[in-house]
Amino acid sequence: MNFNIYDFTSFNQWIDKLLYDNLPVFWAMIIEMTLIGVAFLLFYALVGLFLVYAERKVCAFIQNRVGPNRVGPYGIFQTFADFIKLLMKELIPINKADQFLFNLAPFIVIIASFMAIAAIPFGKGLHAIDFNIGVFYVMAVSSLGVIGVLLAGWSSNNKYSLIGAIRSGAQIVSYELSVGMSLVTIVILAGSMQLSTIVEAQRNGWFIFTGHVPAFIAFLIFIIASTAETNRGPFDLAEAESELTAGYHTEYSGIKFAFFFLAEYMNMFIVASIAATIFWGGWMPFHLGPLFGEWTTGFNIIMDYIPPFFWYMGKTMVVIFIMMWFKWTFPRLRIDQLLKLEWKYLLPINLFNIILMALVVLMGWHF
Amino acid sequence: MLGNQIIFIVFSAMIVIFSILTVTSRRILRAAVFLLFVLIATSALYFMLNYQFLAAVQLTLYAGGIVVLIIFSVLLTSHIDEKFESPALLKKVYGAIAAIFGSILVITTLLNHPFVASTDVPKDVNMDLIGKSLISWGEQGYALPFELISILLLAAMIAAIVVAKKIKTK
Repeated sequence: MNFNIYDFTSFNQWIDKLLYDNLPVFWAMIIEMTLIGVAFLLFYALVGLFLVYAERKVCAFIQNRVGPNRVGPYGIFQTFADFIKLLMKELIPINKADQFLFNLAPFIVIIASFMAIAAIPFGKGLHAIDFNIGVFYVMAVSSLGVIGVLLAGWSSNNKYSLIGAIRSGAQIVSYELSVGMSLVTIVILAGSMQLSTIVEAQRNGWFIFTGHVPAFIAFLIFIIASTAETNRGPFDLAEAESELTAGYHTEYSGIKFAFFFLAEYMNMFIVASIAATIFWGGWMPFHLGPLFGEWTTGFNIIMDYIPPFFWYMGKTMVVIFIMMWFKWTFPRLRIDQLLKLEWKYLLPINLFNIILMALVVLMGWHF
Repeated sequence: MLGNQIIFIVFSAMIVIFSILTVTSRRILRAAVFLLFVLIATSALYFMLNYQFLAAVQLTLYAGGIVVLIIFSVLLTSHIDEKFESPALLKKVYGAIAAIFGSILVITTLLNHPFVASTDVPKDVNMDLIGKSLISWGEQGYALPFELISILLLAAMIAAIVVAKKIKTK
């Protein structure tokens, strides 16, 4: 066995070989899939718990408060306590609801985010599926999540839920365009949709630096549009608590509510990892290209000492912090302002930006 | 190959069962959800064939696009208590006859066609090739259908705006 924190490829191959040598192909495949599924579930639970804690601490920091500080040192066990409380809450049945769709909705939301996370590269060799259409795949499966939100709103048989669901539908369907197009801009620069190739192509500089102006515009649009797509503030009209109680998940309680809650945070995590992977190089350490001269080799080697997984997590956490900063800084938009922002500003800028990027790539103006 | 066969059977059973449920369900939103399951299972079959591009297109266009639009319009128009009434007996009989003839036609065609299993190694779908053939006009080029569809869609969008636009009455 050859465990190496810088490159998981040999470790994975070791497990793969061990399973396939000792078991029939069918069982080896089943066990591998189960292992990966369990690993992702564990990762989900940990990241979900951490993000809820981080959100409360960041919110407190921005509002000049202390935040959770009673359970454990700095309150780090607060979310564990909250989670146990959520599990023990009663699942309130709704008499006049469409039971089948009501129970199905949280699963659709969580499965959509679960499918998306499978294609994200966490580190060298830490990559569940490496499709040659990686970026497109992530967009395709994350567009399924909105169905869960729409079903939840309708099947609850509650006017607040329904209004929340319709708002959320209109919002996600429009902002998906901007998310997709800002990714297309970078796909033009990378010349590939495979996420591993995109990460590898950023060895001599992240795309946000090598693609300069159009890449930076695409990054700004991606951050705005993806914040809207994940239903987070200042675009959280679907669950605007001051007008709609809790929006589409008003009627949910206990573990079903926890599913929506977890899916929301995981979607934020997925979006942040996509931003980190596409624009900031994913697990690729910060390298200076040959453009800066000879001394960069030493600098690059020092940067390589930080394991890729920490690079990936660090970048993702920075994007998440920016998104939380957004939420606690800006007031919520009205629905007409929201749609105007997308259709009158973001989309035309985006279309122009794609042409600009194509021009930059054609003329070789990128680094 | 055993694993593949089991997965294939699971997905095709999903397609058959949910297709039947789609047309027999008396609640319109449930029918839409069953349709969603059919479409997702179909894209799963594409994934099994290693044709990830078509699978992702299936997911974005049908599951993420069309089903969302259907659900959205149901949300705006129908109430949760609404149920379709069961159709009259005569209509059921006609429908059953048409369905049986249709399936006999399809099944006999399928059984009579000699399917030859390919022994080629599955190839990766080349995205460069798909992109280039979509906008080239020579051999293997699809520029004309691509542009025609764009014009059709543009016309449809303008028409929708014209229909939705309020006419100012003085």
